[in-house]
Amino acid sequence: MNKVLSDWRAIAVFVGPALLLYTCIVLIPIFWSLGLTAYEGSPITGFRLVGAENFIRLIHDATFFKALWFGTRYALFVSAGQVIFGLLLALMYAFYLKKTSALVRTLVFLPVVLPTVAVAQMVSKLFAIVPQYGLINSALHAVHLDSLVQAWLGQGSTAFWIIAAMDIWKAMGFYAILLYTGLVEIPEETIEAARLDGAQGWSLARFVVLPLLAPITVASLIFSLNGTLKVFDSIMALTGGGPGNATTPLTLLFYRTSFTYSEYGYGSTLALTLALQCLIVTLLIFWRARKSGA
Amino acid sequence: MHKNIRFTALTALLVLITVAGAQSKKVVFLSGQNEDVGYTRIISELARDYQKQHPNVSYEYQNNTTDMTQKLQLLAGSNNLPTLYSIGEPSLLQQLYAKGEIVDLEQTFKKLGIYNQLNPVAVDINKKLEGGKLLGLPLELNIEGVWYNKKVFADNGIREPKTWDEMLSAAEKFKQKGIQPFSASGDQGWPLTRLLGGYAERYYGADAMDRVKAGTLKLTDPGFVQAAATVQDMGKKGYFGQGVNTVDYDTAVDAFLQGKAAMFYMGSWELRNFNDPKRNQIGAGNIGFFNLPAVKGGKGTMSDWSINTGLVVAMNQKQNDAALGEWMKYVFSNYGTRSMSELGALTGFKVSKMPATVPALTTMTQRKLNSAKKGYLWFEGYFSPKATSLSQKNVQLLVTGDMTPEDFLGQLQNGK
Repeated sequence: MNKVLSDWRAIAVFVGPALLLYTCIVLIPIFWSLGLTAYEGSPITGFRLVGAENFIRLIHDATFFKALWFGTRYALFVSAGQVIFGLLLALMYAFYLKKTSALVRTLVFLPVVLPTVAVAQMVSKLFAIVPQYGLINSALHAVHLDSLVQAWLGQGSTAFWIIAAMDIWKAMGFYAILLYTGLVEIPEETIEAARLDGAQGWSLARFVVLPLLAPITVASLIFSLNGTLKVFDSIMALTGGGPGNATTPLTLLFYRTSFTYSEYGYGSTLALTLALQCLIVTLLIFWRARKSGA
Repeated sequence: MHKNIRFTALTALLVLITVAGAQSKKVVFLSGQNEDVGYTRIISELARDYQKQHPNVSYEYQNNTTDMTQKLQLLAGSNNLPTLYSIGEPSLLQQLYAKGEIVDLEQTFKKLGIYNQLNPVAVDINKKLEGGKLLGLPLELNIEGVWYNKKVFADNGIREPKTWDEMLSAAEKFKQKGIQPFSASGDQGWPLTRLLGGYAERYYGADAMDRVKAGTLKLTDPGFVQAAATVQDMGKKGYFGQGVNTVDYDTAVDAFLQGKAAMFYMGSWELRNFNDPKRNQIGAGNIGFFNLPAVKGGKGTMSDWSINTGLVVAMNQKQNDAALGEWMKYVFSNYGTRSMSELGALTGFKVSKMPATVPALTTMTQRKLNSAKKGYLWFEGYFSPKATSLSQKNVQLLVTGDMTPEDFLGQLQNGK
């Protein structure tokens, strides 16, 4: 077997097709986009070299910083929610529901496979105010809390929490399953031994289960952060980044900059900052994990 | 001998197929509008009639449900523009024309001998928008203003306002009585910026946006600030109803047509819904129409109207050949008459035969259109795609009070 795997022809056959595909649809566009940061224009108007102009503009762009801040805030909050709720669910599956957890697992996992646009439609109806009150506003109205009836998705302050809640709800089932597989991997004897030593409930979780689960928790965090930093579909479907640009993360901003404003160069520059942000976050988590693992 | 005949027959057949193949043409119309309403319906009907007589010219309608500007940019970038398409950004239209992608309709129509089918007023407005060239088909001829519920006005003793202040005090009265003063789609944004632009036109006169374009007037000048502050105030006082930013276009139309709002700023293209008894529950006879009223000390008057020829529909120069010419001759010679008889719609094409009965509301609108002394374009008519997008997105923050008028206009002045 070793002989086969050290043969470069075998490697080429195994890796080649995937690498070729990856190069064509991921690497080349990435470098292309990187090159575009030094240009400005669009396929219609043509491109002209502008040097570092896009980067200078970036530093002075208040909209960019607003989007960066919104995206970061959203990512931290939603990733924390996804992993924490995922972990709680996993603990519940493993220690409370045990063998009967299959049904609950399936139900909690269901939103993961639903199309985001469908979920967003449902949520926007829940929080609707026109043409008629959605469930939330109707409920508030029914208990005479009319002062709380509001356009939940029409104002930046409340829209943020609704988008966050939707994305946590939608993805927590996935992280629950991921962490659950980690939990069932923990040898029964270890837990038994800890119990005999008097560890129970919270102390069992804190000193035995969570440390053993750390590698998979880190993996979940990386998955989750990279997903939430690059959030696009749920916000596009729920608020379109509005009102104004109150719920616009970097992804939506560079999409709009490139394809609506026809500024492909500046759009690529914005995209680059997001790529860097993702890279830094991933490296940070790896570094932390390695340090605590050593 | 036999072989020879068979060979000749085969060759003849092959040649025939090749000729037919060379002449066969596909006309594709891409629009964001549903196929069964308004101009898309008429074009599609005429194109299908034509296809019946000329099977080699087939027709396909494509309904675009995503952002049109983005879609067109991508199609243009990959050299795949359809034959006819709606295009919302005048500046994108100019760019495509400069690249030789768009038909100069004046030239082509003159060459085809159908230029006389066009209404000169519609041609003028169109040219104004498109840098002096006729690049868009004037498939509609619209005026915009405030439609109102006559019964609600009469019940509250309110007459058509002549000044902006009168309009606002009427709105205040409606609000006190628990009637929503205006129906507007904040989700679309433009129905709100239209009010802002309209106010500025009354303040500076009908050439306000031309002067902004020429640089002799700035969007940050006092008239615009006052306009933005007025619209913001209307929003903050709740004149647009609850959750205006989540109201989409159809919801806004229905709110007015179901009697839930007293006034509705909109273009005359909505006549087709006003004239539809299924959609219009307050009755066509119950709808009145006035122009945006005057502003104190302003230069504009109520005989200046916001006029446009609808969303620009351009044609693809790369497909502009003899076969398309014949198709255009047929479709556009019949377009005006068919629109009037089937939809009662006003277009930029001449009507050769007036139908026996035209809805009263249409006739009234036509009269107002004929009385217009000056026409002006909508607020974002001359803006770049970026400024247009900023204007229609940020106005949501303006009406909720989350953005100041100065900030709103400053961003537009910079992005213009």
